[in-house]
Amino acid sequence: MSAPIKETAPAPAEGPVHRPPVRSGERRGEGVALNAFSHGFLALWALMIVLPLLWLVLSSFKTDAQIAGSAFGWPQNWSFDVFTRAWQKGIGDYFLNTVVVLAFSVPLTMLFGSMAAYVLARYRFWGNRLLYYFFVAGAMFPVFLALVPLFFMVKRLDMLNTYQGLILVYVAYSMPFTVFFMHAFFRTLPTAVFEAAILDGASHTRTFFQVMLPMAKPGLISVGIFNTLGQWNQFILPTVLMQPQTGDDPERYVLTQGLIQLQQQQGYASDLPVLFAGVTIAMIPMLVVYLSFQRQVQAGLTSATLK
Amino acid sequence: MRKGQYRFVAGFLFVPVALYLIFVIWPYIQTFGYSLTDWKGQSQTFDFVGLDNYKALLQDDIFMGAIWHNILFLVFIPVITILLALFFAFMLNAGGRSRAGGVSGVAGSKFYKVVYFFPQVLSLAILAVLFGAVYRSDSGGMLNGFLVQLGLVDANDPVVWLNEPDFVLWALIVVVVWHGVGFYLVLFSAAMQSIPRDIYEAALIDGAGRAQSFFRITLPLLWDSVQTAWVYLGIAAMDMFILVSTMTSGEFGGGPDHASEVMSTVMMRNFLYYGKSGYACAMGVVMLLLTLILSVVMLRATRRERVEF
Repeated sequence: MSAPIKETAPAPAEGPVHRPPVRSGERRGEGVALNAFSHGFLALWALMIVLPLLWLVLSSFKTDAQIAGSAFGWPQNWSFDVFTRAWQKGIGDYFLNTVVVLAFSVPLTMLFGSMAAYVLARYRFWGNRLLYYFFVAGAMFPVFLALVPLFFMVKRLDMLNTYQGLILVYVAYSMPFTVFFMHAFFRTLPTAVFEAAILDGASHTRTFFQVMLPMAKPGLISVGIFNTLGQWNQFILPTVLMQPQTGDDPERYVLTQGLIQLQQQQGYASDLPVLFAGVTIAMIPMLVVYLSFQRQVQAGLTSATLK
Repeated sequence: MRKGQYRFVAGFLFVPVALYLIFVIWPYIQTFGYSLTDWKGQSQTFDFVGLDNYKALLQDDIFMGAIWHNILFLVFIPVITILLALFFAFMLNAGGRSRAGGVSGVAGSKFYKVVYFFPQVLSLAILAVLFGAVYRSDSGGMLNGFLVQLGLVDANDPVVWLNEPDFVLWALIVVVVWHGVGFYLVLFSAAMQSIPRDIYEAALIDGAGRAQSFFRITLPLLWDSVQTAWVYLGIAAMDMFILVSTMTSGEFGGGPDHASEVMSTVMMRNFLYYGKSGYACAMGVVMLLLTLILSVVMLRATRRERVEF
């Protein structure tokens, strides 16, 4: 199987092909018209992506009255108070909850997913294929199928509304994709390196952590990005598992849940700028991660789907 | 295999398999059992009721309506998203000036890709808030504000997008399409770039126009990606939980008057709101069956001879 990061493979015939330009006026005219036509549509869609987002960010600087009044008024008070207010109204806590959960769930997903994938990809033993399909099959079933028993399972373990409960569930549900992807990756690694390490007296465990895992770094990055995005944006699992169980149970909502919570509170106490500021705060890390890693993000998500 | 290796293999597999078994596989299996009981979820006591839950589902107009809405999503979301994504991907990769006599991408195609893809990294919760504001039912909503400016909508009588039974499903489809086009564009774009240039050039020399080269060359060679996209979008259309439950009215969404109900929202309401765990499990099983049928049908329907190049 080919390496998962498509972009590193040289695209065939990507370079400029030097050929005498076609000078026929008709063809050139068609090219120009098409070029204008494509740019028109492309720019229109780009605007349709950017405008709502920009409009929302601008709206967080407006007052409630302004927001209700007209959609396109320009904000008058450029005060960052609203962001502080949103942070204090819960976004800070939700943000922190998400970070705490992901700080454990993503590394653990990578670790356990890679371990299982490595063993399944490189060792022969009875039941290997069966176990592999057992892992991969999970990706085919809708998560809704599991929700009710999952809730009671986590409840029985006394882990409802706890970080460790959500972390374990995230790790388990990220397993199918992670194993699938890393399995393909570990298969492509050369056997010679493995044999050399074993001959040099390294144990199997040591070979995995010090030789194979570092070699699988490109794959790990792709899977890591995918899992981070997936778990950061997860909504259904926390909705079911992260509800305060008693009156004095603390709210451990994650960011996605918290935003929806804020939105639903709008019905009672209108403070829309706070909601919009909350969304802006939630968008910024995603924007930063995306812009800094956009090649890897696009490659990671695309190859994730193509598998 | 030597003895030490067995220990190593077992040691490495133990935790992942245990986690996966406890939190994924076992709940999946349990759902089938619970769906045959009248479990209320409060206590561990429940009676075996056979297929009663499934019979009740057939009588449940709300759930049946929900299936119908899912089917509507299933038809329109993939079709619109894939068509737009293909259109834009072709524009990006072949819409440029034919400088070298061949087919080239437009200038700034990289920039477009970055912008188009961005919604994909936003969570659906952010989208729900964003489009909740866009669809606001007064002239403060972006869409209404825009239509008022154009004079298409009376400022005193704006459209209540999400509370209009005829509009609400379409309003949701727009959100999904807005979210997904960029991703599938990048997917198709990657596939297009792996098509050798000389095929296009050969076609061009033979006098093929752009439309012809798209339908005769690009599309057939892209068919695998289109098929993948189709299945993924289909699965997304079977879900729709976040957007419906957060953007539409009612407990776990589905309003107005169940006009936007989908299977997942009916299920969550029965489970978390009415406490009908057994009944909700039966819905989960139906969702699984429909998803499996869907995947098989879609893969069959879109099967073509694979073109090698």
